[in-house]
Amino acid sequence: MTSAGTNGAGSGPIGRGASVTLSDLEKTYDRANAVAKAVDGVSLDIRSGEFLTLLGPSGSGKTTTLMMIAGFETPTAGDIAIDGKSVVAMPPYRRNIGMVFQNYALFPHLTVEENVGFPLKQRGVSKAERAKLVAEALELVHLPGYGARYPRQLSGGQQQRVAVARAVVFKPRLLLMDEPLGALDKQLRENLQLEMRRLHADLGITFIYVTHDQEEALTMSDRIAVMNDGKVAQVGSPEDLYDRPDNRFVAGFIGESNFLPAIVRDLEDDVVVAECEGTLIRALCPGRPASGEKVTLTTRPERLRFADANQAGTHPQNRLSVTVTEAVFAGERCRYMLQAGDGTSIVLKEPSSAAIRRRAVGERAEIAWSVADTILV
Amino acid sequence: MSEVVQPASLALAVSRPKTVPFDWRRAVPLLLAAPLLIYMLVFYALPVVAMLLRSVNDPTWTLSHYATLFDDVVFQKTFWITINTSVTVTLGCLILGYPVAMGLVRSRSMAPFILVIILLPFWTSVLVRSYAWMVLLGRHGLVNEALLALGMIERPIRILNTPLATQIAMIHILLPYMILPIANALRQIDPSLIRAASGLGATPFMTFRQVILPLSMSGVAAGTLLTFVLALGFYITPAMVGGPRDITLSMLIAQQVDQLNWAYAATLSAVLLATALALLAVARKLPGVGNAFKTSMR
Repeated sequence: MTSAGTNGAGSGPIGRGASVTLSDLEKTYDRANAVAKAVDGVSLDIRSGEFLTLLGPSGSGKTTTLMMIAGFETPTAGDIAIDGKSVVAMPPYRRNIGMVFQNYALFPHLTVEENVGFPLKQRGVSKAERAKLVAEALELVHLPGYGARYPRQLSGGQQQRVAVARAVVFKPRLLLMDEPLGALDKQLRENLQLEMRRLHADLGITFIYVTHDQEEALTMSDRIAVMNDGKVAQVGSPEDLYDRPDNRFVAGFIGESNFLPAIVRDLEDDVVVAECEGTLIRALCPGRPASGEKVTLTTRPERLRFADANQAGTHPQNRLSVTVTEAVFAGERCRYMLQAGDGTSIVLKEPSSAAIRRRAVGERAEIAWSVADTILV
Repeated sequence: MSEVVQPASLALAVSRPKTVPFDWRRAVPLLLAAPLLIYMLVFYALPVVAMLLRSVNDPTWTLSHYATLFDDVVFQKTFWITINTSVTVTLGCLILGYPVAMGLVRSRSMAPFILVIILLPFWTSVLVRSYAWMVLLGRHGLVNEALLALGMIERPIRILNTPLATQIAMIHILLPYMILPIANALRQIDPSLIRAASGLGATPFMTFRQVILPLSMSGVAAGTLLTFVLALGFYITPAMVGGPRDITLSMLIAQQVDQLNWAYAATLSAVLLATALALLAVARKLPGVGNAFKTSMR
């Protein structure tokens, strides 16, 4: 409990969040005669009270990582510490972690009240106290008065709320969620995303959230750890990941990206000058690539503009000549497929307006975008 | 339906008026089942009804055979022994069978091995197994020899031809009927529920008490019912290894038939059948059991 002094744990009605440290976490499975590495050297510092999302495609090891934190899987190597104390040898029922499962895992033979009261019963909380805490928890998830129903009598969204109430009723300092909104329709999912954010703010505890939905991750998280192939590809705030992806995987997985093959020609401070399709393009670059190196530049489709002659930008701009190969009107915006030089295809998204002239297929045009929106990956 | 070109359009004919006189396709399942149905009717249902009729129609229409049962000491004792044996055997099967069912479901690597152990005796005739128990439990049988060698007894004890022998042998024979429905119910429990219980602070024992056991009750009910009903009608095993005075209903029926006392035998059969049916009727009303019974019989 080394960090207890800083956050005053246990002083309020609900303790503040736990910090979680993963060090070189590994999980391998023996399959027939091959060894599969589900999690391959994951190190993460999850701060007290943070909303951290593990984001990645299926098979990236995000769920396995979560299961190891919960205690349902044992790491092959590495360590998991909660508030500085290793929990690897501790069975799940002693870790005092709240958990919301993908399919909610509500006990079908128990009523909502009994489901939510389940963790309290295991902790020997008296019946009267239990009733009070259960009522509070149901209030918290906007389901008061549903206590006597059985899970099968509830809709998916309601079941999900019950699962959340059950996971927080015993006031854990850490809440784990494994794709809790995966089975719900889009509208409901968006409502519940906001509710989860509110819940996180209300409770002040640490949330670790697993999802493969990048939009969900971007809306909800304080920080996101993008996982790929058992490794952490990048950790950072949603803005960090979107504006400054570290690598091609992150740039492609979060949002839509254009990838421009280029050759490094020059370096100016922290900006690299590279040649793409015969044009010099400037990009932000954390590293120091050598001149002549083949690199990939990335930029977001909605940050590109058609450059008209009268629109000379004040910011440093990149410019590129292209041909329109496809034009799609999609309501709130127009989406253009463009081709630069001999084959690099580029996507451009433009907010739709009756005042803006639409480009026709085959038309030649010039596009421009800010150097700050160009990253070398 | 005069211009039906593709057979697929037959299936789409839902909205058409009901002018089709007879859809022979519907009759196919019935036709397929017909040979067995006729066989069962002629060789099973009719003889059973004929037998049961004898209890009220011998020599003339009368209920006197049932009336005499009420002060028939032999019948009452036999009925009590039958119920007593069935209850003991069912409880024995439950206590021994539940952990086996758990092992069968929980251990992936051991499951085929356990299943063979359960089913191997299942494929052996009841007669053979009852003889085997006679050999094991006899005065100079394996059990007595072992107890003597261990110094736990000084002279051979009488096990064969006691109620205990009947119970041991019947438990052995009926165990699969208890294990398989329970294993079926356990297999249907979502593993994430067990994880959830553990994550929410329940120790393995508390998880068993509050999650696994209640969710497997449908299987327990089905297994118990099946075992109990089968135990009620057991004949060969109690006749072979049981005590000479511990007569069960089925033994009494056989005895009466031997003596050509058909009316009495028929009356006893009716009582046995009614007991089993009454139990089934009550059990089907219990929540969840009806379904469990259906699935476990697959």
